[in-house]
Amino acid sequence: MRAIHRILPVMLAAAAWGGENDSFLLRNATVHPVSGPAIQNASVLVIDGRIAEVGPKVAPRGRIRVIDARGLHVYPGLIDSGSPVGLAEIASVRETVDTGEIGDFNPQLRALIAVNPSSEHIPVVRANGITTVLVTPGTTGGTRGASTAGLIAGQASLMHLDGWTWEEMEIRRSAAMQMTWPVIQTGRGGPPDLESLLPGLAARRVTFAEARRNQQLQVQKIQDFFDAARRYQKAKAAGEAIAPDLRYEAMIPVLEGKLPLMIMAAREREIREALDFAAREQVKIVLAGVRRPGKTIDDIAKRNIPVVLGTPFVTPLEEDDPYDEPFTLAAQLHKAGVKFCFASFNVQFARNLPYEAAQAAAFGLPYDEALKSVTLNAAEIWGVAGDYGSIDKGKYADLIVTDGDPLEIRTQVKMMFIKGVPVDLESRHTRLYKRYMARP
Amino acid sequence: MRAPVLALTLFAGAACAADVVVIQNGTVHTVTKGTFRGSIVIRDGKIADVGEKVLTPPGARVVDATGKHIIPGIIDAHTHIALDSINESSVSVSSMVNVAEMLNPESVSIYRAMAGGVTVCNSMHGSANSIGGQNVVFKLRWGADARGLIFDRAKPSLKMALGENPKRQGSPQGLQIPGLQSPQNLRYPGTRMGVEDVIRDAFTRARAYQREWKDYEARRARGEKALPPRRDLQLEPLVEVLEGKRLIHAHCYRADEILMLLRVFDDFNIRGVTLQHALEAYKVAREIAERGHAVSTFSDWWSYKVEAYDAIPYNAAILHRKGVLVSLNSDDAGGAELMRRLNAEAAKVMKYGGLSEDEALAMITINPAKQLQIDPWVGSIEPGKDADLVIYDRHPLSVYAKVEKVFIDGRQYFDRDEDMSRRPKIEAEKEGLRRKLQDQQKQAMPQNRRPS
Repeated sequence: MRAIHRILPVMLAAAAWGGENDSFLLRNATVHPVSGPAIQNASVLVIDGRIAEVGPKVAPRGRIRVIDARGLHVYPGLIDSGSPVGLAEIASVRETVDTGEIGDFNPQLRALIAVNPSSEHIPVVRANGITTVLVTPGTTGGTRGASTAGLIAGQASLMHLDGWTWEEMEIRRSAAMQMTWPVIQTGRGGPPDLESLLPGLAARRVTFAEARRNQQLQVQKIQDFFDAARRYQKAKAAGEAIAPDLRYEAMIPVLEGKLPLMIMAAREREIREALDFAAREQVKIVLAGVRRPGKTIDDIAKRNIPVVLGTPFVTPLEEDDPYDEPFTLAAQLHKAGVKFCFASFNVQFARNLPYEAAQAAAFGLPYDEALKSVTLNAAEIWGVAGDYGSIDKGKYADLIVTDGDPLEIRTQVKMMFIKGVPVDLESRHTRLYKRYMARP
Repeated sequence: MRAPVLALTLFAGAACAADVVVIQNGTVHTVTKGTFRGSIVIRDGKIADVGEKVLTPPGARVVDATGKHIIPGIIDAHTHIALDSINESSVSVSSMVNVAEMLNPESVSIYRAMAGGVTVCNSMHGSANSIGGQNVVFKLRWGADARGLIFDRAKPSLKMALGENPKRQGSPQGLQIPGLQSPQNLRYPGTRMGVEDVIRDAFTRARAYQREWKDYEARRARGEKALPPRRDLQLEPLVEVLEGKRLIHAHCYRADEILMLLRVFDDFNIRGVTLQHALEAYKVAREIAERGHAVSTFSDWWSYKVEAYDAIPYNAAILHRKGVLVSLNSDDAGGAELMRRLNAEAAKVMKYGGLSEDEALAMITINPAKQLQIDPWVGSIEPGKDADLVIYDRHPLSVYAKVEKVFIDGRQYFDRDEDMSRRPKIEAEKEGLRRKLQDQQKQAMPQNRRPS
């Protein structure tokens, strides 16, 4: 902590002197490009926010400011591929949570529109090395993370964790259309909260047949919605006079295969149905929240469908599952050749994203893959690998400077740059820490 | 529970077996007496010897721990696992109920938590009421029956709760559905003022009740004839608290309500309380330290409710630096999710606040042991203590560390290799059962046409 206070003011002062806030030479560091092996005693030259050169021998250009990073490591900024950061402040207070809109189909909603750039969560998440978040409209801001949104929750936006307005944070306003595949829900009828209030109703057992029928009705609703959107798209393409409809308009990039449909599907049955649906509709999909792919795993791999894994910090799905079932899933996907990234799907624990990847590494995932799952793979999945995800010439300088492996808990993030601009690592938490540590 | 007599006998048999185990050549983190490369001798379930060089008794079972790390079993001072019911939320003072009655030894969370290195936990009553029920400390002896789990040397304790949780049950603006009136919304208290009143009132009644019994005993001692007072099962545990025979674990969040509780306890001369959660305790660390109370908290939880908005991951470090005994807990209920990663939670106090390795490890071993007053037997690797030990494949404060073996009372309860090698057999058995069920369903089809 103290080191951060020491380095940052010096750096910012240097920036003011240099006049160019997004150009600098970072040197004497171990650079981990992620796209290739680590380079010892290397430099990163950043000009106008982009990486101009990386390597052991990089000469400073003109009066550019020089940052000495001796003994430190440089990594690309980490990417959380799913979180309501900025959309939810205090999980239990409805008024502060802007996820999960009412209604089954809301493809017209764009998460970024409602992001609060001054949310206290943003600097907190940033302080652990996360520069970028896919902000999702359909995940709860709650502790337990489950999605409660409708079937199509809206457009997930890829954003930087810094900016005075959401436009300044924007990387891709629309990076994916978030959708939840209906689940066959047996057992008790209502959500647990309702159970205590409406015991008679909630305690009613839903039979498998009933649950299956409910699920099929929901699937049919999705099909109907897609069919209607497709008719709209065709009519529009044919130049027919039709009343504009923002919901169907929003579906056009999905139907054209330009915008991936991010489908939340945990178990084999939902995944199978989602895969079949995608093939039938010929849309591009990303599977999210996958827990038990079972026999679909080879199909996912064969069809090059990327997967967004939720946190492995959950208990196994079934009582008789191996105790480490959530920890080994990533390694299993990797072995099958599936491309995946990690997401927190949560606000309060979003800062623990790097440890999600590390947990997978502890249980069989090669370390390099773990690192990629929160950097380059995420950038590739969201279609921004040309600009982000690794330390390569020409990419934006989203960089973190650390005193070690960024996936390890003890490691401190010493500096952060977003598009080459130094970012403050102070937060509500560091402010309160300083204030109360100093209390006599 | 199903066959208590048999299970008890088996368990006792296992515990009495006088086999000697030597864990050799590992990095031993004693927590209280330093860290070194050495060995641990286990005899009759206790740590017999520990050091860089120890004598290996003949016939001992040798566990090679070269390249491995050994720590004392992790102690979770705040969980709700393996309880069939957690909250008696109908009344504001439910000190008469005891969660030990609801301990379920078959809960798989016991195995999972144990596989994450936890050997002892304090499974508590919930936070629905200002004065909750009695808690149970148990060892995670997977396979034992309920009685065999309970750590009977642990001091009895009582749960209390302040703030949003007990308020919620009484809030006139609480969970409301139009047209429905839930009786839960009518329970007093509904404010922090009411919470203070409920606690003060309960201990005032307990003190009067204590006096009644003292008077009665004094009269009897004088040889007078006297009728005993009517027994009050609600007040008896509170009297035990007043007499220092029962510990308190008090769920709290905000600094102001923590001070409120400390002042009430001052008035009743109640000492040695463990403040649970206490996410704003860092703001009043001095007041907590002055009175010698302790804090058991989360490493980095925040913002899930209003009273957790000022929670910071530096809480544990500030409290520790200002002289408070601190532990880190999971608060796990249904499953043992965080329990099995408490080593990583401990590493966070090094990240946030820069504490040392030993300080971090202490927060999940000896500190919770002290808070539960079981530190004479567990919480560090010292001769004479119970052989509750965890072997990791690397430094336990690394996020990459995996538990390889767990010993409780010297008996090995977990071995990762064994767990792994059992899996194909279990999978085959499950597949067989699945097939059998399918066949049965197929055969049963024709006869089963009649509506049932």
